[in-house]
Amino acid sequence: MLGILAWQGLVAAFHVQEFLLPKPTVIARTFWDERGMLWDAGIYTFKEALGGFALGSGLGIIVALLFAAYAPLGTAFMPFAVAANAIPIIAFAPIMNDWFGLLNPFSKMAIAAVLCFFPVLITTLRGLTSVDPRAIELMRSYAANRRTVFRRVRIPASLPHMFAGLKIASVLSMIGAIVGEYFGGPTTALGVTILNASAYTNFPVAWAGIVLASAFGILFYSAVALAERLTTSWDPSRRDFRTE
Amino acid sequence: MNESQPAVSITGVSKQFKAGVTALTGIDLDVRPREFVSLIGPSGCGKSTLLRIIGDLIEPSEGTVEVNGKPAHRARLDHDYGIVFQEAVLYDWRTVSKNIALPLELLKWSREKRSARVSEMIDLVELEGFEDHHPWQLSGGMQQRVAIARALSFDPALLLMDEPFGALDEMTRERMNLELLRIWDASGSTIVFVTHSIPEAVFLSTRVVVMSARPGRVAAIVEVDLPQPRTGRTREEPRFFELVTEVRERLAAGGADLVGAEAEVEAS
Amino acid sequence: MATIAIEQPRQRRSADAARGAKRVGLVLVGLAVFWGLWEAYRWIGESLGITWPFTVDEVNMPHIHEMLSAFTKPLQPGGPTLLHYEWHWALFTAKEAVVGFLLGGAIGFGLAVLLAHSRILRRGLLPYIVISQTVPILAVAPMVVVGLGSKGVEPWVSVSVIAAYLTFFPVAVNTLRGLLSPDPRSLELMRSYAAGRNDVLWKLRLPASLPFVFTALKISATACVIGAIIGETPASIQDGLGGAIVNFNQYYSTAPERLWATNIVCAVLGLVFFAIIVIAERLVLRRAPEHFA
Repeated sequence: MLGILAWQGLVAAFHVQEFLLPKPTVIARTFWDERGMLWDAGIYTFKEALGGFALGSGLGIIVALLFAAYAPLGTAFMPFAVAANAIPIIAFAPIMNDWFGLLNPFSKMAIAAVLCFFPVLITTLRGLTSVDPRAIELMRSYAANRRTVFRRVRIPASLPHMFAGLKIASVLSMIGAIVGEYFGGPTTALGVTILNASAYTNFPVAWAGIVLASAFGILFYSAVALAERLTTSWDPSRRDFRTE
Repeated sequence: MNESQPAVSITGVSKQFKAGVTALTGIDLDVRPREFVSLIGPSGCGKSTLLRIIGDLIEPSEGTVEVNGKPAHRARLDHDYGIVFQEAVLYDWRTVSKNIALPLELLKWSREKRSARVSEMIDLVELEGFEDHHPWQLSGGMQQRVAIARALSFDPALLLMDEPFGALDEMTRERMNLELLRIWDASGSTIVFVTHSIPEAVFLSTRVVVMSARPGRVAAIVEVDLPQPRTGRTREEPRFFELVTEVRERLAAGGADLVGAEAEVEAS
Repeated sequence: MATIAIEQPRQRRSADAARGAKRVGLVLVGLAVFWGLWEAYRWIGESLGITWPFTVDEVNMPHIHEMLSAFTKPLQPGGPTLLHYEWHWALFTAKEAVVGFLLGGAIGFGLAVLLAHSRILRRGLLPYIVISQTVPILAVAPMVVVGLGSKGVEPWVSVSVIAAYLTFFPVAVNTLRGLLSPDPRSLELMRSYAAGRNDVLWKLRLPASLPFVFTALKISATACVIGAIIGETPASIQDGLGGAIVNFNQYYSTAPERLWATNIVCAVLGLVFFAIIVIAERLVLRRAPEHFA
């Protein structure tokens, strides 16, 4: 709240030019005027992000489970996954557009999916393989077979790590969808709307679009965080550190 | 340092914590220079708290503590004591030599003085050859030796030790006890030593201070008249067993739950 | 009387070298596998006429050797090779990323040191810092570039600002975590030495924070490169990789291998930045082996 008031004050005080940083009141009014168009665009883009998130994270989890079950595969592949995470995957967005068609939402979904895949894979795999060996020894002493150990020890223990990856992915998927649209997309998409508004120096609309994008991003992140709290309330290692 | 003046003088010290817990009440204790005094008592009797009060790491609720004739606060600022914890608390990013040199750096000693003193300390704790090792490359006993070397590096008159050998296995512990006595003799310092182990307390000390269960009080003081220097054989002497038994009985009288042990002793 | 130490320092060096060689070998094998899979998919795709998820033809999936040979071909007839251009574009983008990295890193680090010493500041500022990251800066990139550009700021500076924005948060958060990581015993030890706040900072907190800082730098290095590339695209800055991507994308159907070649250069740039940090970490950090990734 304080921040928004400060924003309003600063803009007025420094006569910041309208196009750089419009007053929040201006943005709010624009938002209201254009709410239909903006909301539809937001939903369109959010669907892309969601689809990409589901695809990328799902694949990441599946591959992580595979690698955890067959250890040599995992240790061999892990460095590649870490390296792949260092590649600016977003630079491949134009190629995705060419493959799947500029106007096809799947092209943006694909970008979001690839962005989500690696962080989720890395964190989930780390979670599955970093179990306290004594917990596993305990299960063995109960004559539990490998599958049971996997199910009852590794998977629950990996949940905090997996959720850390999912939270990262939730943010990345939205960014991936929007930036993917910067390289081209239908005018019904939020990213395209923002870009066009900037190009025509209609900055209030552009900022309204950004605020909406941020809102969707926060919402998505919070949803994942909520899911995490509901499923892992037992975890003592979750510290009181808000960014986690 | 004045020989007749106590090294540590504790008068009427008590400590209450915020949760309403009274850790210590009415502690009066004097430690003479060059003594080796052990504090022993059941868990929660406040012995570690008392040690920290001596070191001015915790403030007493009542009473005063004097170290080397000064208030404890002043003594800390003047670096009159060194402290060793149960965990070695060494810095992973420093070699053994640099770990030992840490207090000397803080005291702004020159580089030549520092390296000369570090060599002395390494010889003292018998870690020659390990100067450039890192803490994780050393065993638990060796890490504690580094911690002791570090605590003594600036030649304090007083050494405070909070169960320093508690995390070690029995054999290493007995070896370290002999080591510590040798170091004590060579350095001429006064030692206040907190421990859970009755044999260790008797073996090391000139006096054993038995504390009662919470709220902690001085239940008894047992003079250990075993001959110096103590050796591995000392543990096998009859007088040793007598003293251990005396300490154990005082502990039980002070409220420590030793009923099982008492019954065993009765039966034999 | 001395107990045998657990490890000897000398042996570790040769073990490290062997591990390094194995890693390089693994990378080459991996690349070879990827190459094989690519060509195999293309061959199968063309033979079977696969159209889902995307049509497999020479435009959508150029041969890898075509992508690589594109580097050797001139961009314009009789002019310098593509590699020549890519090299300059890569340097340009790298410059933006490095400036952003240093700027964001310095701000993040300084902020962390400040916050480590004041609980009040921590409670007050941390929420804002977190919120600042929910703004998808890459989405704001076009406006930052246009906005600052109208004030006479050169485009590449705006891009550096974007890269700095992406850097400062991971660095600040992780450095703070590292500065606050020493356990109470270590702090008690410092108190027993009557050490002042400055001594505690330089001798304890800062060295203890280094592993955390490097974790952040690894994230930031990648983020800077991404930020620089994306930042260039909306304004179509001609001198960098982002601009090249936009241009080659326009002419994709006529010369697809050029876009792919540029993407390869982007990937290499990201990896180089990452590798530099990893190497720096190995050199600077002398910690217990389990602390490394």
